[in-house]
Amino acid sequence: MAPPKNRRLGFSRRAHFGLFLGYVVAIGAALIAVLLLAISIVDPRGFAALRGAALDVTAPVAGAGRSVGDFFSGIGESISNYWQAGSENAELKQQLADTRRELIRSQALEYQNRRLNALLGLARAAQDEVTIARIVGSSYDSPRRLATLSAGSAAGVALGQPVRSPDGLIGRVIETGRWAARVMMITDGASNVPVRLVRDGTPALAVGRGDGTIELRTLEVGQNPFRRGDILVTSGVGGLYPPDIPVAVVTSSENDSAVARPIADPSRMDYAIVLRVFQPAAAGPLDTAAPQPIAPPIAAPPPPTPRPGQQNNPRYQPGLQQPQPGMMAGPPAPAAPAAAPPR
Amino acid sequence: MSRIAGSETEVAIRDLRRRYVPLVSTVAAILLGAMLPFVAISPWLPNLGFLVLLTWRLMRPEIWPVWAAAGFGLLADIVSGAPLGQSTLLWTAIFLGLDSLDAWMGVRDYWLDWAAAGAAILFHSVGVWYIALLMRSDVAFWIMVPQLVMSVLAYPIVARLILALDRWRLAR
Repeated sequence: MAPPKNRRLGFSRRAHFGLFLGYVVAIGAALIAVLLLAISIVDPRGFAALRGAALDVTAPVAGAGRSVGDFFSGIGESISNYWQAGSENAELKQQLADTRRELIRSQALEYQNRRLNALLGLARAAQDEVTIARIVGSSYDSPRRLATLSAGSAAGVALGQPVRSPDGLIGRVIETGRWAARVMMITDGASNVPVRLVRDGTPALAVGRGDGTIELRTLEVGQNPFRRGDILVTSGVGGLYPPDIPVAVVTSSENDSAVARPIADPSRMDYAIVLRVFQPAAAGPLDTAAPQPIAPPIAAPPPPTPRPGQQNNPRYQPGLQQPQPGMMAGPPAPAAPAAAPPR
Repeated sequence: MSRIAGSETEVAIRDLRRRYVPLVSTVAAILLGAMLPFVAISPWLPNLGFLVLLTWRLMRPEIWPVWAAAGFGLLADIVSGAPLGQSTLLWTAIFLGLDSLDAWMGVRDYWLDWAAAGAAILFHSVGVWYIALLMRSDVAFWIMVPQLVMSVLAYPIVARLILALDRWRLAR
């Protein structure tokens, strides 16, 4: 159906006015949107209540559908497994032998590590779990990599808490509802995880690239210590992520940059463990993070006033005048007056 | 179904259907998009709500005033976890742009329709990427390309679905 040549709406003033009003409202809405966007950018935690409520409504439905999604993604995998079974078998045997040797070596190292730790008197802080929840969905069309978690503030989940799967680090909580939370995955472009190389302890920063990979940035310019297959774990620097959670495997390392793949495969992970923030003071933004509460100095008791006879004693020491345990401080308090005899 | 409404109730039902099918289908697509039950490694699926809204707008320019885009965008922002105001701004801008395109071009054929949809999708992807950049998510634009291509290719499919829905909506 061809529209009329011009968009004149006839002589109806009401129709003209309606069209004009439509544009005014639309432009006004766009300006308000700019304002909202500016607020969202300056303070990403704004509108938390509204967004948390929306999260609560949408997450359970996604959770119910997740098993269906798992079923379909499982089909392709089983077919390809069937075709690759033969060559995989030989490869796996080789890997098993390698792994067994590694295991023995690491057990020896662990024993040594325990002994050295005990020697140093280091008690490793217990990695407290807040809760275990399911990953029920994620962003799929935006450059952000956000996942939805099926537990919220009702289960103790709070902003900033790290989230891991049994395999490795997933990310951290950036929004909470009552029964659902949103997690920024480590592949998100805004995620920075302080890591270190397992091989030699070189510190680095793992920054997401948005496409399922992670870029590794060393802290020293002009050095590229990464080799293909290197494993990175969290270093605990920054206080947010507990140390020694596996993060990524290096997949390619060129002259200046290294790219890694997360060890916790986002498309396969279903259960996630929410951990406590390693050092709670690190959770908040800098301006709101309260300084560590410093205990007020305990007021020293006022020096006892010397009794008249002590004024001239050259050996008088005020510190010794404190009542010591087992010492009678003064004359016993007068006994309560005897009850008046009954009349 | 009989072509002639048999009772007042049937008339009322047909009237409701005629009025609210576009609204309900768009809201359903936005909600469905927010609840997809899988974890995507990189952006590659089209934004369902946006695609359905765009198709309705290109096919039936007269059913919604321009500001309807702001309402749908706000809903999409709230449920999808995007920064509040992102879709509100981008979708309203796209509606305003399409209005001026209609005023300029007049009639659109199938290919021009697709081209207009492609331009709107490109604008949307660039906008979303730039807003993510402002939110300190420093990623290369090319990671959006799979999603862009999928959206442009999905447009004819969605257009056919919406066309069928529109026929059912207006069936007598």
